[in-house]
Amino acid sequence: MKTLSPPPGKPFDRLVIAVEADVFRSRQAVGRAMDRLGARVIRRTRLVTAVSEIFRNGLVYGGGAEVVITLDEADRMVWVDCTDQGPGIADLELAMKDGYTTGKGLGRGLGGAKRLVEHFEIHSVLGEGTQVRLAGRA
Amino acid sequence: MSQSAGLYLVDEIMLVAIDEDINDSDIVDLQDRLAQRVHDTGARGIVIDVSALEIVDTFVGRIIAQLAGIGTLLDSPTYLVGMRPAVAMTLVELGMTLPTVRTARNLQHALERLRATQ
Amino acid sequence: MPVPHIHKILDTQRDSLLREWASTQAEEGLIRKDLFTEAEAKAQIETLYDPLAKGVAASVDQDFLDPDDDVWEDLRAALAEVTRERTKRGVSTGDMATFVLALKYPLFERLRASVTDTNGTVLMEAIAQFTRLIDSVALYCTEICIAERDKIIQRQHDEMMELATPVVELWDRIVAVPLVGTLDSMRAQEVMESTLSAIVEKKADIVIIDITGVMTVDTQVAQHLIRTAAAVRLMGAEAIISGISPRIAQTMVQLGVDTGEIRTRGSLRMALADAFRQLDTDVVIRSVRGN
Repeated sequence: MKTLSPPPGKPFDRLVIAVEADVFRSRQAVGRAMDRLGARVIRRTRLVTAVSEIFRNGLVYGGGAEVVITLDEADRMVWVDCTDQGPGIADLELAMKDGYTTGKGLGRGLGGAKRLVEHFEIHSVLGEGTQVRLAGRA
Repeated sequence: MSQSAGLYLVDEIMLVAIDEDINDSDIVDLQDRLAQRVHDTGARGIVIDVSALEIVDTFVGRIIAQLAGIGTLLDSPTYLVGMRPAVAMTLVELGMTLPTVRTARNLQHALERLRATQ
Repeated sequence: MPVPHIHKILDTQRDSLLREWASTQAEEGLIRKDLFTEAEAKAQIETLYDPLAKGVAASVDQDFLDPDDDVWEDLRAALAEVTRERTKRGVSTGDMATFVLALKYPLFERLRASVTDTNGTVLMEAIAQFTRLIDSVALYCTEICIAERDKIIQRQHDEMMELATPVVELWDRIVAVPLVGTLDSMRAQEVMESTLSAIVEKKADIVIIDITGVMTVDTQVAQHLIRTAAAVRLMGAEAIISGISPRIAQTMVQLGVDTGEIRTRGSLRMALADAFRQLDTDVVIRSVRGN
């Protein structure tokens, strides 16, 4: 799987999601990054909710994930990269559709998360894993 | 068993307070406890308080819908209260409008509505 | 060498040039006594004249006047200042350019009188170079003007956004959100935000969203309204959408918009009556004037 070029800004935090409690811990870190930029409540809520969906996907479907948070103070953006080494997604277009799921979820995660953020990109290679990069403006 | 959700019986109403860090394994336990206690106490209604939640993602949204479903099956009307504005906006944008769950502005409101339906 | 000629004129005939620059502006109808006092207008052209003369003086050894040269830094700064001031008071972009260009004619007349080479090459060259310089200055002016305009438009847009989403407390526990104009995605967000926070602040049980003043309702606007109503319900209040004109009702049906559970009423008045009924509020109107 190709490596994404680093997002603008400076490193804020790096976390590993291995158990459910890590999902909570990691999304709190994203909330702290938004607080650092003095984000409005609605903007903070949107990004934290979006990453919560993505982190949980990383744990449930990807078998765990690595999270990198980057703070771009000049542009007032928080960038979040979530990478897993799971089975990958066969049909990304289908996965982005509302209501699609392969597991026990209702499958609103991906498409919904995309609507909540300023920037959303997803790369997936079957048998190698999935990378999701999202960013929210403070 | 973690305490990611509290159950309190107030004035014959079962109050459910969900915590921010509730996870998958807590849910089954919470559902069991709620069903059992509503049955044992003959609670007239259920109120799910989410005022402590900074976010509600689709995962927690589903938990809420399931708890309300249990309430309906046990003939115990279920109200959702205390959702913050930013949370409501975000949840709607995720496409989760929880159409099967009754809502009220706060606990007192829910209690009034529950009394009115008796 | 044309530059020394220009320099000599600017250096020695400052007062008469300033006077004629001002009078050329007056002929072109650019003085705008309605916007500026005579003293202000005079100060503005002096502010521009001096850095211009200074730039020419600094270029006196050059073969020609290069508009991209650093010697015009002060002139650009002065231009930005004067342009901002004039734009702020309502001078148009075109007038601002003409304001600068008006210096050409008095200067050309003087060049014609003082440059007396036999075949006129130096004179032609001097006029060409000064024209090039002044044209680029006028163009720069226009750029500043447009940038200033954009800033003003942006600010007005922001103010409109705030103005356009008022939440009115109609009665205890009843608020109204009268929407006017067009409802794009950004405004729809604002509307939803202010509506939802009003539920908390005013302890509102019923929110009437009145769309009487909304020009068109397309699928997107309808979706926004439906989402807002859904969010209002999640917070435990209820939304009523009022002011749906017959035309808009028709469009919505044609678009296949499903308003589902949302309560809709024809007018704000009907919505309010509905809200009173629901909250068990009786409003009695007694006539004060006997007739």
